Amino acid sequence: MTAAETRTSTTATHASAPTPAVHVAGLDRVFTSKQGSVTALSGVDLDVAPGEFVSLIGPSGCGKSTLLRLIGDLDQATSGTLEVFGKRARQARLDQDYGIAFQQAGLLPWRTVAKNIELPLALHKVGKADREARVRELVELIGLGDFAGSYPDQLSGGMQQRVAIARALAERPRLLLMDEPFGALDEMTRERMQNELVRISAETGAAVVFVTHSIPEAVFLSDRVVVMSPRPGRIVDVVDVRLPGTGRDDALREDQAFFDAVAAVREALHGAPPPAARGVENR
Amino acid sequence: MTRVRSWGLGLLGLVVLGVVWEVYKAVGPDAGVKLGDRLVLPRTSDRAMPHLWDIASRLTEPALGRSGAPLWEVVGQACLFTLKIAAIGWVVGVVVGLLLALLMQRFRLAEAAVLPWVVLSQTVPLIAIAPLVRRWGSQLRIGSWAWDSQDSVAVIAAYLAFFPVAVGMLRGLKAPDATHLDLMRTYGVGWRTTLLRLRLPASVPFLLPALRLAAAAAVIGTVVAEVSIGLRGGIGRLVIEYAQAAGGDPAKPWAPILGAIVVGLVAAGFVALLGLSLKTYRRGEVGA
Repeated sequence: MTAAETRTSTTATHASAPTPAVHVAGLDRVFTSKQGSVTALSGVDLDVAPGEFVSLIGPSGCGKSTLLRLIGDLDQATSGTLEVFGKRARQARLDQDYGIAFQQAGLLPWRTVAKNIELPLALHKVGKADREARVRELVELIGLGDFAGSYPDQLSGGMQQRVAIARALAERPRLLLMDEPFGALDEMTRERMQNELVRISAETGAAVVFVTHSIPEAVFLSDRVVVMSPRPGRIVDVVDVRLPGTGRDDALREDQAFFDAVAAVREALHGAPPPAARGVENR
Repeated sequence: MTRVRSWGLGLLGLVVLGVVWEVYKAVGPDAGVKLGDRLVLPRTSDRAMPHLWDIASRLTEPALGRSGAPLWEVVGQACLFTLKIAAIGWVVGVVVGLLLALLMQRFRLAEAAVLPWVVLSQTVPLIAIAPLVRRWGSQLRIGSWAWDSQDSVAVIAAYLAFFPVAVGMLRGLKAPDATHLDLMRTYGVGWRTTLLRLRLPASVPFLLPALRLAAAAAVIGTVVAEVSIGLRGGIGRLVIEYAQAAGGDPAKPWAPILGAIVVGLVAAGFVALLGLSLKTYRRGEVGA
């Protein structure tokens, strides 16, 4: 199937009915090995609206990455319903309905920044002129206009991660899947990247499912924070953190509402109110 | 800068080797150094260790008798002959190695079935298979083309050359990160596109050392097979022939040995050039 066909069919669906970007109901994922079986996810229900920013947070082993991989059809659920824009996950993957970014930037070292961003377009036989125009837009969007001809090993970790995000955006997906994309970055780069992501997701209007370990990161970025717990991986709470006010910027990080939301998510994570809400670990 | 440095160091190594040779020849005992009954350092007589300048000047004298082609020319001809067969063997070996690696990467069953045999194949002594290859080959005849000893030698060179390529390339094809493979899956592309866009480029850093090993193996295989099959015209034959003349003409046997080294260097140089043309694919891994 060609990319053009796909594009028209998905936009048609989008226009006619407000189907959720992601619809998950009663989802289970059990890994079976010789040592026995491990329930990675149990009875997960979740809806992500178009354009909504949802973070998955929880301790290691709570299945948040597994859930993301299931949505991306990089793994198969044991049972339950999973739809992406009203389609089966496999179809959504083949239709390129989502873009994805991982903890490692995962750039191909032998391709320049421009060529890396262009990769999905080239693989799907997009014309050369369109490709070039889109790449030019994206390098500007991520603020790396001067580095289009550089190779990944010439970039810092933060810049590599920005290129990876641009690559995920190349085909204008309406859903972005992000698996701890800033997990390997230092604190300062991380906050800058969060600001950029807020801007980019606002500009593109894409829904985002964002996996993270960091409570402040989840609160700063998200409309809703999905709190998960391990053994078996399940959703324990969904915290509405859409913060009032004009927009998300560095001022928000100092705001009382921000700290309150962080405290609320902490509480949901630990199952009890923390001793001092102001003394949160701020990353 | 670093290139000049490494060339300089390489030359320096050669000079040091020459100096060690001459110094040992000057100060070492004529009968060599013995530990108990074992000779641990060679005899230093002119017969066993001719002066370097004698070896060099012998190259300019006629190979046989008082007139005729100089020794360097005869050895040079033999070098070209050997190099040609080694190159054919290398190409065949590389193609076979690449195909095997692809097969093993594509089908896990093939890896389990083939890899042990690939490893085992290298434990068979060359001397043992050379006559077999020759005997089997001599029964082949396709139209006007008939198998000859040169083909047997090339096959043996290929037999040695395919091994490092198969093993190295298999590792290279498996080199991409899980992230990269996941990414290709999200793009919904199949095995062939993944191979072309991801696995092949990622395998280059593994392929190049394998090609270099294969080149060395092809040269050694050719020289040894020339000897054990008895093919005339190449370096292998000259090594044996001139060794028999060592008594009266001690500098002569060193000429084909130098020739073999030159063939090896040319082969390694060719692979190095190949590496230069693939430089883009050898960039350092992405440090996230």
